[in-house]
Amino acid sequence: MAESTNGEPRIGVYVCDCGTNIAGKVDVPAVVEFAGSLPHVAVAREYKYMCSDPGQEIIQKDIKEMGIDRVVVAACSPTMHEPTFRKAVQSAGLNQFLFQMANIREHDSWVTEDPVEATEKAKHIIDAAVHRVVFQEPLEAIEVPMNSDVLVVGGGIAGIEAALKMADAGHTVHLVERDPSIGGHMAQFDKTFPTLDCSACILTPKMSAVGKHPNIKLHTYSEVTEVDGYVGNFKVKVNKKARYVDIDKCTGCMLCTEQCVVAKVPNEFNESLDNRRAAYIPFPQAVPLRATIDPERCLQLTRGKCKQTCVEACGPGAIDFEQKDELVELEVGAIIITTGYQTFDNERIARYGYGQLPDVISSLEFERISNASGPTGGEIVCKNGEKPRSVAILHCVGSRDENYNEYCSRVCCMYSLKFSHLIKEHLPETEVYQCYIDMRCFGKGYEEFYKRLMNEGVVFIRGRAAEVTAASKRQAETEGKLLVTVEDTLLGVVRHLPVDMVILSSALQAQPDAKEVAQLFGFGCSSAGFYIERHPKLEPVSTVTDGIFIAGCCQGPKDIPDTVAQAGAAAAGALALVDNRTVKIEPTISYIDPEKCSGCHICVGLCPHNAIVYDAELDAAQVIEAACKGCGVCVSACGSNVPVQRGFTDEQIFAEIEGALA
Amino acid sequence: MSAHEFEPRIVGFLCRWCSYNGADLAGTSRMKYPPNLIPIKTNCSGRVDPTHVMKAFAEGADGVLISGCHPGDCHYINGNWRTAGRYPMMKKLLEQLNIDPRRLRLEWVSAAEGDKWARVVTEFIEEVRELGPLGWKDQVADEYEQQEAVSA
Repeated sequence: MAESTNGEPRIGVYVCDCGTNIAGKVDVPAVVEFAGSLPHVAVAREYKYMCSDPGQEIIQKDIKEMGIDRVVVAACSPTMHEPTFRKAVQSAGLNQFLFQMANIREHDSWVTEDPVEATEKAKHIIDAAVHRVVFQEPLEAIEVPMNSDVLVVGGGIAGIEAALKMADAGHTVHLVERDPSIGGHMAQFDKTFPTLDCSACILTPKMSAVGKHPNIKLHTYSEVTEVDGYVGNFKVKVNKKARYVDIDKCTGCMLCTEQCVVAKVPNEFNESLDNRRAAYIPFPQAVPLRATIDPERCLQLTRGKCKQTCVEACGPGAIDFEQKDELVELEVGAIIITTGYQTFDNERIARYGYGQLPDVISSLEFERISNASGPTGGEIVCKNGEKPRSVAILHCVGSRDENYNEYCSRVCCMYSLKFSHLIKEHLPETEVYQCYIDMRCFGKGYEEFYKRLMNEGVVFIRGRAAEVTAASKRQAETEGKLLVTVEDTLLGVVRHLPVDMVILSSALQAQPDAKEVAQLFGFGCSSAGFYIERHPKLEPVSTVTDGIFIAGCCQGPKDIPDTVAQAGAAAAGALALVDNRTVKIEPTISYIDPEKCSGCHICVGLCPHNAIVYDAELDAAQVIEAACKGCGVCVSACGSNVPVQRGFTDEQIFAEIEGALA
Repeated sequence: MSAHEFEPRIVGFLCRWCSYNGADLAGTSRMKYPPNLIPIKTNCSGRVDPTHVMKAFAEGADGVLISGCHPGDCHYINGNWRTAGRYPMMKKLLEQLNIDPRRLRLEWVSAAEGDKWARVVTEFIEEVRELGPLGWKDQVADEYEQQEAVSA
């Protein structure tokens, strides 16, 4: 570790223990000793948490006192802390691009079984970074204008909340929703736990605020099909599906719905418990309150032949069977994804009889039955119209179960308690059984709500239900009932509960197209399909793509208070970006030396962003800096090796290869 | 050297947006795979130049993996198509140099496919292990230095 300087690079290597995340597998002292022996390395150090203030200060002190002019930090993924360390070296007076990160956590200590092998791999990874950093050059970040508009994808409570916050702050917000109305699942709920606020009473004012807000452009019955660009300057294509109704003319009078001859379309909003027409408005509080004609059920649209009673009924002449899908192009500075969840398909667990036994119902079906605006007008009744005298609620259907989803859905215990309360409120004489594994009542006021329910006479049975069967007709006392078989693990007995209704507390799952959506926007999702935040604790609503945020159940199952809190956090994150006039982007773009370029045009045609033009005067290709995004395609395509990608030069990559294989 | 003793050395070029994050996901999911591949990050798989691949073999790599976004998912619209276009050419070049083209592999691994990353790396390491050591470094080191001198 030489002290003198003679124009040679002086590299500092800092190896992070990350608590035991790295040091638990990798022999960090051995790695530090190895790093210290590499050419040009002036100092190599170990620290427990390099990303902490004291950790950063070690680097800064070495830069100032030892004249360190190149820095390698061997720690976690650069996705996590590259910005942290770049800032740290920059504030110590060293250009931030004279820093290189070696990922020995995600790519090594966490994926390698054997400690000796993990230690060897860490050495190779660090060697590659040390070789590379020698050739790195100072670069200045490029500043580009920031588009102050924002896009929110998904119009459930999370999207509504985020859109309102940003619109109130004065930004134009585009809210894209796949369904004909915003509202999401929350619009289907009756009451909300633990306060028992009526869901519609707290949601619909926000929905109508969205509809009326001068800064919110609502795109319902629409889906994002293409995303291009980068933070500050995203270009998004939205497919506005034809709803065959001119929403500027439609008044939401519902006369078309009343006159539509196709009467038996399962009503999604009521979980198919009743029917809607082919011309429909999903629910009376829909925003926008505009009709939609179902292209899969409308006779005119499917068979080209119908009496068109809807057209006759429509006073303003809003119905237009010639309407086509429309592609809307948006330009925004930041994006918030709030695409929500789906519930578990209960039929996958055949032994619970869902789909076979009529009075085994899903949680969302119960929400609709108990809702005053639902298909039964809020009367809790069985399929035969009679009031149930006993109800069993089965917890963890499709969650906490290795066969389906390992995770806990977080909300089922609480909504099951809410159901019990609603049943007791409507039908005080009805017996209610809860078959649970554990009661998870973790939120504010939740445990208190659980206690309250115990005093309301609800019977709690600790045990996952084994099966639900139709009771034998030969036994008079249980005839026509459902039999729930459950092991009461507290009493150590198997019980057979004869009940009139069984409610399955279905798990929350990622949307069926969650993976495609993640790919479209350029971030990851877990194997269960929930979107991955940049950091589970400190950046819970950011994604790996700068300028794209996530909130609500698309990130993981959560209740309404947590969803609203995340939506607010995502809105704040987006505002912190779009409130700036400019945004700094990576300067890792290409440069073409006109002296060396022969003007062959090969790169011009290959550039994905049309960022290379042929300059006739120079007889050379030239890069338009503002358009270049730094893919490096031109560099590897050029026959004469003329284009240079700053930060990813051949020299740097060659050096990295040498180090990796040294 | 018997197949058991031989530990292949592999360089992986990972695009920053999909495959690098996919490999990160394998890490955060604590999936386990063998340690033989050292990752090198580029912005796009389209940046990977045939000379990078040759350089890796010349430096002693027994295999090279290039991994980018799935076709259609490229952060740079179609940068990965350039990679796909170049791939058969690179394979042909390897054949001409008497290197088994199976030592070079192109894969599409998205940011969501931590499991696929772990599987691809494991499979590729096994495949290269069966092919045995390349030993190209010693054979062509002199030649390579001459070429480098010309291109520099």
